[in-house]
Amino acid sequence: MNIDSGIKPAATDPKLPEPFFGWFGKRGWQPRPHQLALLDRAEAGGSSLLIAPTGAGKTLAGFLPSLIDIALKEQRRKPGAALSSARRGIHTLYVSPLKALAIDIERNLATPVAEMDLPVRIETRTGDTPQSKRQRQKLNPPDILLTTPEQIALLIASREADTLFDGLKYVIFDELHSLITSKRGHLLSLGLARLRKHCPDLQTIGLSATVAEPEELQAWLMPQRAGDGPVLSERIVVKGGAKPHISILETEEHVPWSGHSARYAMADVYQAIREHRTALLFVNTRSQAELLFRELWRINEDDLPIALHHGSLDASQRRKVEAAMADNRLRAVVATSTLDLGIDWGDVDLVVHVGAPKGASRLAQRIGRSNHRMDEPSRAILVPANRFEVMECQAALDANYLGAQDTPPMGIGTYDVLAQHVLGMACAAAFRADDLYAEVTSAAPYADLEREQFDRVIDFVATGGYALKTYDRYARIRLTKDGTWRVSNPRIAQQYRLNIGTIIEAPELKIRLTRHTGRGTNVRGGPVLGKVEESFVEMLSPGDTFLFAGKVLRFEGIRENECIVSKGGAGSPRIPAYAGGKFPLSTYLADQVRTMLGDPDTWRALPAQVREWLEIQRQKSVLPSRGELLIETFPQGDRSYMVMYPFEGRLAHQTLGMLLTRRLERSRARPLGFVATDYAMAVWGLRDMGLMFERGELSLAQLFDEDMLGDDLEAWLAESWMLKRTFRNCALISGLIERRHPGKEKTGRQVTVSADLVYDVLRSHEPDHILLQATRHDAASGLLDIRRLGDMLSRIKGRIILNRLNRISPLAVPVMLEIGKEPVSGEAQDDILAEAADEIIAEAMGGTR
Amino acid sequence: MNRASAAQALIADEMIQTAEIEIRDTPAVCDPLGALYLPESTTLIVSDLHLEKGAAFARRGMMLPPYDTAQTLKLVTAVVSRYQPACVICLGDSFHDREGAAALPPSSQDQLSGLMSGRDWYWIAGNHDPDHPAGLAGDCVSELYLDGLCFRHEPLQTAGEAVGEVAGHLHPAARVVRRGKGVRRPCFATDGRRMIMPSFGVTTGGLNLRNNAFRGLFDPQQLTAHLLGRDRIYSVAFERLIG
Repeated sequence: MNIDSGIKPAATDPKLPEPFFGWFGKRGWQPRPHQLALLDRAEAGGSSLLIAPTGAGKTLAGFLPSLIDIALKEQRRKPGAALSSARRGIHTLYVSPLKALAIDIERNLATPVAEMDLPVRIETRTGDTPQSKRQRQKLNPPDILLTTPEQIALLIASREADTLFDGLKYVIFDELHSLITSKRGHLLSLGLARLRKHCPDLQTIGLSATVAEPEELQAWLMPQRAGDGPVLSERIVVKGGAKPHISILETEEHVPWSGHSARYAMADVYQAIREHRTALLFVNTRSQAELLFRELWRINEDDLPIALHHGSLDASQRRKVEAAMADNRLRAVVATSTLDLGIDWGDVDLVVHVGAPKGASRLAQRIGRSNHRMDEPSRAILVPANRFEVMECQAALDANYLGAQDTPPMGIGTYDVLAQHVLGMACAAAFRADDLYAEVTSAAPYADLEREQFDRVIDFVATGGYALKTYDRYARIRLTKDGTWRVSNPRIAQQYRLNIGTIIEAPELKIRLTRHTGRGTNVRGGPVLGKVEESFVEMLSPGDTFLFAGKVLRFEGIRENECIVSKGGAGSPRIPAYAGGKFPLSTYLADQVRTMLGDPDTWRALPAQVREWLEIQRQKSVLPSRGELLIETFPQGDRSYMVMYPFEGRLAHQTLGMLLTRRLERSRARPLGFVATDYAMAVWGLRDMGLMFERGELSLAQLFDEDMLGDDLEAWLAESWMLKRTFRNCALISGLIERRHPGKEKTGRQVTVSADLVYDVLRSHEPDHILLQATRHDAASGLLDIRRLGDMLSRIKGRIILNRLNRISPLAVPVMLEIGKEPVSGEAQDDILAEAADEIIAEAMGGTR
Repeated sequence: MNRASAAQALIADEMIQTAEIEIRDTPAVCDPLGALYLPESTTLIVSDLHLEKGAAFARRGMMLPPYDTAQTLKLVTAVVSRYQPACVICLGDSFHDREGAAALPPSSQDQLSGLMSGRDWYWIAGNHDPDHPAGLAGDCVSELYLDGLCFRHEPLQTAGEAVGEVAGHLHPAARVVRRGKGVRRPCFATDGRRMIMPSFGVTTGGLNLRNNAFRGLFDPQQLTAHLLGRDRIYSVAFERLIG
């Protein structure tokens, strides 16, 4: 059903019992139609998906059925009858993708519960919850438990699962759209299937932002039946509230050709902060957050309270920022996606997005953070960091007005996640393979899982699933005489608990601040500031400086698993880079940017300097239309360059680059290297590729044929570091390799297992191993974006425009500036880079710049 | 080139480029497969084989592929046939744990025995395998002196005491960065006075030579890392390495 938020509900509604009815009245509120609709469905025993924009009272809607049910049960209880000592189990589970969100919800529910004096106990349980409290929660569970997917996995694998979940009535999934697209969602779907086994009548409530395919979410919430079509939950949709006011930053400054720092815009951004009560500043990566924070403080003449919030900062630090924000003590927070999701900041009146949003849905989500009330328009400013980003921002802005959605699909359940779950279920209790198979395939992502594959996963969990059966005597789970699978050793359950979850972080070191500079690591430690990836620390020598938590820190050395730092230090600081922080450009936005490029009528919305850039491109080369792929060749220095503009995102372009260079090598074009951005890809080599095309020595059709994704891909994949990284994740999630645990690591002795080495051994001996299958599956959609590349190759067939130029074109400048960029560069290198960059720009623009 | 791919694509002997060095005036050859050869005494040294590592992990609940022993032995066979040494020294941690040797599959046991026959074979005791490997020939010692050199598993802590020491244990690896791209390889580490060997087992990891664990062991001015390439050794001065 669709509900327009503008329609007033009936003044009295028998659905809402006391004290709820009175409480709404006292506050001058009326229950919103979708809140009543959801309650109605819930009381009729149904499960529902509620799709609503931020500020629509989604959370209260989700909890109303639970609160009312618990309150009424309590009223019906005979006066004086004490609660049984065994006590009821958990009544409602609330699952959120973020710890912070669970804590925020606890705060928000406290008010109505206190004001109505409801007999409801609400508690949170996350990775940060102390062991003693977790233990108590198992013995004496609260009515409503607010928690995360990982905790669900732990709880269902525990021996107490039966008593905990026997009385479970509701499971509420917040931000469901963001949960289900990842392996985390796959694991959670299996957890839900298990909860249903404890409690077949349990009802689900999914809360979600607008998504492209709501039926996927509806199916996710329901138990699926083999052979039938998808079983769907109810759907309640609340139409959007006031349209947000979004604009692209207007600036007098020169918008850079490339790069992601948006330094040029700092003064304008600062001015915007000054003009608003509280601003949220979103960036795409943690390094950008550090950089932006520093740049803002550099010009913070008014000493405005501006804070920093990202996933690598110490939890206590983050909690402080969140609390200060809730108390309105801050004027601005620089944040990454850790603050993306529904945390309720009442008084934010401006969202600034620095860098392109990469997806229209992500932008909508982030803008929703401002003015968290549905009827007031949100206000947002987009700050593109370079010229292509200007177009991307414009496309995202148009999409936002149009309500277009580019949320990623749910994806098919992966084997590594299933392996983890199977071991967990064996830890909980002995199981029969037939039963577990039925249970697993009731989860939407695994609905189509073949029995044969399921059995292979069990074999993998038991002994690694190798053709060479040498590990039978070491099996982790064993088929016993009664036909059930059991854990062979209690130690296995302990191992399982330490390796739970699907979030794999790169190896990280704690950053500990000491007051002693220059004394190395042999000093008493101070506070922990957060974490940084090991690979970054490995690049540092004592005395080097880097930016973290908004401070310039001097690297003193590594002690155990800690990176010891002191304050200050000279020289330009490095900025830690984090793997996996970058989002690829969404297919939808890419298409919009291509459309814009080919249609000069749409340029009116763009700033003059960007229009001029496109105009000169049109004069000096060509602008491709929406369906075409433009390829330009030109000489530069003693090299020949070939630049193409597929707009398919950096990952797909990297894969394309690898495959094209292989083909060019075979055609004797002698390629030397390539570089990829979100928008374009450049290959360079020793022979004039333009001339080779002209003479017919190179064929466009052959070069870009779809068969590229066959043998060439296979051959390349074998060596690809990206596939190795994917394998590492699969190996860790599936439990083939244990995670490293802080405090239990030993440095100096490399006894841990390198996933790369295991990968190589497995590839040469068992290329068909279930974990390699999982890896290839992940690679196709994830890191390598092969699917997207395939779509692109078929789209551009026969629609490639080749333009042989004498010199670099304006459109090629941004990608050309990426060539040879060192990941970390000192000031001297920056100067060289700037010089080189200026030369390239002047040449491209023919002196018009 | 990692160890497992090395086992897959063994390079013909005549294509190999080794590094000829001296350790305390004793001539030695660093082979790209990660073995050290002393031509004067026709002795071959391999360190940290970590045989049966997969099985050791499987015993503790991690089902690593059971193919590592066969692969490592294939590499040992290759270097033994390349140099035909009169004496082989396994520099400790030859087995990943104490149970490894006893649980060695018969095929691997036969292969090892074949390699050992007709030559002296020393098992230096390591921290993973302090005892004589069960069921195997050869002598098990904690230290061995030969050719003016001293062979032990764990390096002594100071540079001064350890002149002429050849040790393993630390699994040295080195990283070189050029034009923004990093390459990391296992390496021989030597300053001409002592030598720390790369680990030879196919599923062994490496520890960066710039790690604190190596501090004080070498004269940094003289320290050279001999990185293992596919068919040759790449020798790089310590100061040019990235941490």
